[in-house]
Amino acid sequence: MTVVSAFVNGTPVTLGAGTTVDDLLASTGHRPTGIAVAINREVVPRSRWSRTCVVDDDQVEIVTAVPGG
Amino acid sequence: MSVPGDDPLVIADRSFRSRLILGTGGAASIEQIAQAAEACGAELATVAMRRADTASRGSVLDALATHGIDVLPNTAGCYTAREAALVARLARDALETTWIKLEVIGDERTLLPDPVELLAAAEELVADGFVVLPYASDDPVLARRLEQAGCAAVMPLGSPIGSGLGIRNPHNIALIVENAGVPVILDAGVGTASDACTAMELGCDGVLVASAITRAHSPARMARAIATAVAAGRDARLAGRIPRRFHAVASSPDEGRVPPAGLPFS
Repeated sequence: MTVVSAFVNGTPVTLGAGTTVDDLLASTGHRPTGIAVAINREVVPRSRWSRTCVVDDDQVEIVTAVPGG
Repeated sequence: MSVPGDDPLVIADRSFRSRLILGTGGAASIEQIAQAAEACGAELATVAMRRADTASRGSVLDALATHGIDVLPNTAGCYTAREAALVARLARDALETTWIKLEVIGDERTLLPDPVELLAAAEELVADGFVVLPYASDDPVLARRLEQAGCAAVMPLGSPIGSGLGIRNPHNIALIVENAGVPVILDAGVGTASDACTAMELGCDGVLVASAITRAHSPARMARAIATAVAAGRDARLAGRIPRRFHAVASSPDEGRVPPAGLPFS
């Protein structure tokens, strides 16, 4: 399979096979500071962004700090 | 002016000159948050964790960093211990802090905490190395349980979030203060400066204020008013207030009064 169907912040996306978290963040234009990533409700620590690939049906959440509380 | 007995607020291994923690929620703009932060001298400010939007302009993180204010992420919007633990871990990775203002809400209309889920989340996060500051009901027993669970502070509510109803049960806050071995930060319910002052007079170690500042007509002015009130309340607490009496106690001396009309001078 050459493409991966996943969800990023709730939106369906199609990615190339082997897309890492780093690749995903770069392609979506997120600054790498002040953000965190979870896949399927587990945090992917930034130390593993370069070697964690998004696979089919993954639910990727990219979060940051906003005014609150 | 410094008075003997002035001391910093110490939470876990950090100390703060300001006893006001700024909540950044509810502001009309990032600029207003920055102005309020500058006006009140807070050293710690809360933020929430939400899905990142690359289109959004202006970052609250940048605004706080510019003013040298540390971030205290919260778990606002979580209804279970499991959700709150995930958000806390996301915040730790995003913001490189182990500090978390732990919120686990149990009711949509009142936004009151769910004490059962809150305690479970606190235990899990303390075990995972977090410095946990739990937003809690004004319940002295829950406060004790949270402290026993290893929380670095307890943050009882004065009244529901954003209600501005002040401190509805001052006696409970006083009981929490009396029993606590960790700092007590009043969180939620402050409507105006006098509420923050009352919290400090009751013996709280600090106050967390969001809506009362961010939703005021002039956030910067209210931020300064509340910071002044926090300092005044702290001083009043340390100074030791006089007892309440049913009748008057004259403050001027009886001796040497000019005699009433009709009495001879002697």
